[in-house]
Amino acid sequence: MDSSPIDSSSSSSTLSSPTSSPHSAAHDNQSRTLTLSQLEQCKVEERVFEIYRIFSDAPAHTQTLMVELWRDKHIEFLTRGFNQLGPSYHVLDANRPWLCYWILHSRALLSESIDTELENNTIDFLSRCKDKNGGYGGGPGQLPHLATTYAAVNTLVTLGSDAALLSINREELHSFLLRMKDSCGAFRMHTAGEIDVRACYTAISVASILNILDLELVTGLGDYILRCQTYEGGIAGEPGSEAHGGYTFCGLATMILINEVDKLDLSSLIDWVAFRQGVECGFQGRTNKLVDGCYSFWQGGSLFIIQRLLSIAHHQIKSSPISLKHLSVDGNADSASFTGRKPDRSPYQIHDFDGEEAGKISAIGLEFIKITNEGPLFHSIALQQYILLCSQVLEGGFRDKPGKQRDHYHSCYCLSGLSVCQYSFSKTADSPPLPNAVLGLYSNLLEPIHPLYNVVLEKYYKVQALL
Amino acid sequence: MSSEEDDEWVPFSRRSEWSDVKPVPQDDGPHPVVPIAYADDFRETMDYFRAVYFSDERSRRALDLTSEAIAMNPGNYTIWHFRRLVLESLHADLNDELKFINSVASKNSKNYQIWHHKRWLAEKLGPEAAEKELEFTKNILSIDAKNYHAWSHRQWVLEALGGWENELDYCNELLEDDIYNNSAWNQRYFVITRSPLLGGLQAMRESEVSYTVGAILSNPENESPWRYLRGLHKDDPDLLAHNKQVSGVCLQVLSAKHDVVFALSLLLDLLRHGFQPSLEFCGVVDALRSVSPELSSDPASLAGSICSILETVDPLRSNYWAWRRSHLP
Repeated sequence: MDSSPIDSSSSSSTLSSPTSSPHSAAHDNQSRTLTLSQLEQCKVEERVFEIYRIFSDAPAHTQTLMVELWRDKHIEFLTRGFNQLGPSYHVLDANRPWLCYWILHSRALLSESIDTELENNTIDFLSRCKDKNGGYGGGPGQLPHLATTYAAVNTLVTLGSDAALLSINREELHSFLLRMKDSCGAFRMHTAGEIDVRACYTAISVASILNILDLELVTGLGDYILRCQTYEGGIAGEPGSEAHGGYTFCGLATMILINEVDKLDLSSLIDWVAFRQGVECGFQGRTNKLVDGCYSFWQGGSLFIIQRLLSIAHHQIKSSPISLKHLSVDGNADSASFTGRKPDRSPYQIHDFDGEEAGKISAIGLEFIKITNEGPLFHSIALQQYILLCSQVLEGGFRDKPGKQRDHYHSCYCLSGLSVCQYSFSKTADSPPLPNAVLGLYSNLLEPIHPLYNVVLEKYYKVQALL
Repeated sequence: MSSEEDDEWVPFSRRSEWSDVKPVPQDDGPHPVVPIAYADDFRETMDYFRAVYFSDERSRRALDLTSEAIAMNPGNYTIWHFRRLVLESLHADLNDELKFINSVASKNSKNYQIWHHKRWLAEKLGPEAAEKELEFTKNILSIDAKNYHAWSHRQWVLEALGGWENELDYCNELLEDDIYNNSAWNQRYFVITRSPLLGGLQAMRESEVSYTVGAILSNPENESPWRYLRGLHKDDPDLLAHNKQVSGVCLQVLSAKHDVVFALSLLLDLLRHGFQPSLEFCGVVDALRSVSPELSSDPASLAGSICSILETVDPLRSNYWAWRRSHLP
């Protein structure tokens, strides 16, 4: 392994001399009073750089140990939580399908299979969270909710057995999704619940993976998501709010799954996400906010997705409104191009469906994963360094950043982000990465995911074959 | 868990007003996964909640019960949903509800449910609620100036109920406190583009460009104003490419030779949108090439040079800059 996971040309600026980076505002401003954002950033940088200093000073064999993925410890932490959670977890009492998903997806990424008894217990438990009219709630007897429905469906997909998949009543689920659809095109989390991009993604993700996505669910949705793309380039939770990593992933994945991704301004989206990776080597969720391991997936995963859409981005750049304006002799460019919207179907959509073919819109997930991945748009090795050195907890599990407690949510999204990094150079979805794509020993390698749904790829193929 | 109220908490089974109700245990099945070792007070409160929820009992005592259950787990959306049904059936005093939700919200300001409940309530109260809601979010933001939910709520209040009068001043205030507060920049954009009192983006553009340029020059390493500057021209990138203040701030920052990433990145966008660089510009970019002497000096390839410089000075994004270089016209 290389002595430093950051290549030599970059190590000076990303590790030792943070002042040269745009994200490191604080250090060269000592003469002025620092603002709160700068102070907090400073504290995190100090802590992270101390870890990296120890790492870069360590001999090679110690470095290898330091970036080892502690599989057994993680599995132990995850399995313990699956079997029993302490009283303080009552705050997650309305999120139990999420706990199932975070834990079982993490285990699946670690190639850890589940025994039949545990599998049957999970199917039984989730069936108790299921509402008689479709949709899954946060626990037995709770109101059905889109986010916990997504978590429950992804859990069952991750279990992967016929029994698990056949326990899902797709007709009821479809009627639940339709009931959550609002007249504005977006979705509500639950009956009379809040509308946001998360609700849209969770609805469309389950519909797509279960092959029940249809035009009725899609109508008006793309325009709603489009209204959530902000002047910064990222996507917000609702129109007007601030661009945010979690919503950017949700909005982007939704737009792809409904075959309308060409409506987004992809070049500004890519630019915004690319700039969210900071000197700490991990991603932040918003401009000038602190790094957090979970954004390894939300932001890193967004770029990983876009790595298969670069031809659409290129097409957008080539036909961007302003260049049309410049080419236009009389200065009057086509008005439709100014809105960034195309009046007709673009030849650069993932799939060109006729109206009558629209039932096949669920097939986009499969089409997407066949597209060639053009290689990382972010610094994959640096991100792996942040995940393994700063987010990984040696006793098992992952955390937001040094100084924070581990939890199942961060374990799931740090591991998902790590998988994204490891396969970010692989042209095809299932080909094993080259050794230099994986930081540390090759035994750190995780299972690949389908990034639009965040389930292990093999599990995705299984559900497609069955349904 | 129930904090200071622990000593006073009386189990429902010992409360006379609940003697007619049979608690409903959670149907976890024989072998539950992710089981939570509930404390006794939590388990019992939820057992009684399930009893009234399943029987759809919309009563005063049911309302009080939801208050207790919410205090134990404000993230339980089912309890909140049921509470709204009860409030509507009882025609409850909504001002009392406002006090209740504000006290819960102050302690749990990062939870979807409480903000959804506040929106529901403010919608019922109408425009008279605007001032109080703006004040409330201001208090939350004084503790955490980037609270995402509080900002979303504030925007909803402004659009649905009004109260735009002082919003730009408020943004100024927050940015004066912390020019790196991107949430405040986002709110500024919201006000500039949507306030019915300011005339919209086109009317505000020039003064906003001046404000933003000032912010950039005082902290060129602050990404927020650079993105805001682009945002001010989102409807017309042609204007961005031909705004002398915009190219001027790039030139000034590049001439200083440090914190050049955002300036180079903006310059790249200007070129993409038809900006014609002067010789002075080419010279300033050329001077930055000392860090990458292998570049050619062809001025026509200024955009290519910029990408190459960025690949070197911004190594974390070298893949991104290489991609940008690969699709230059």
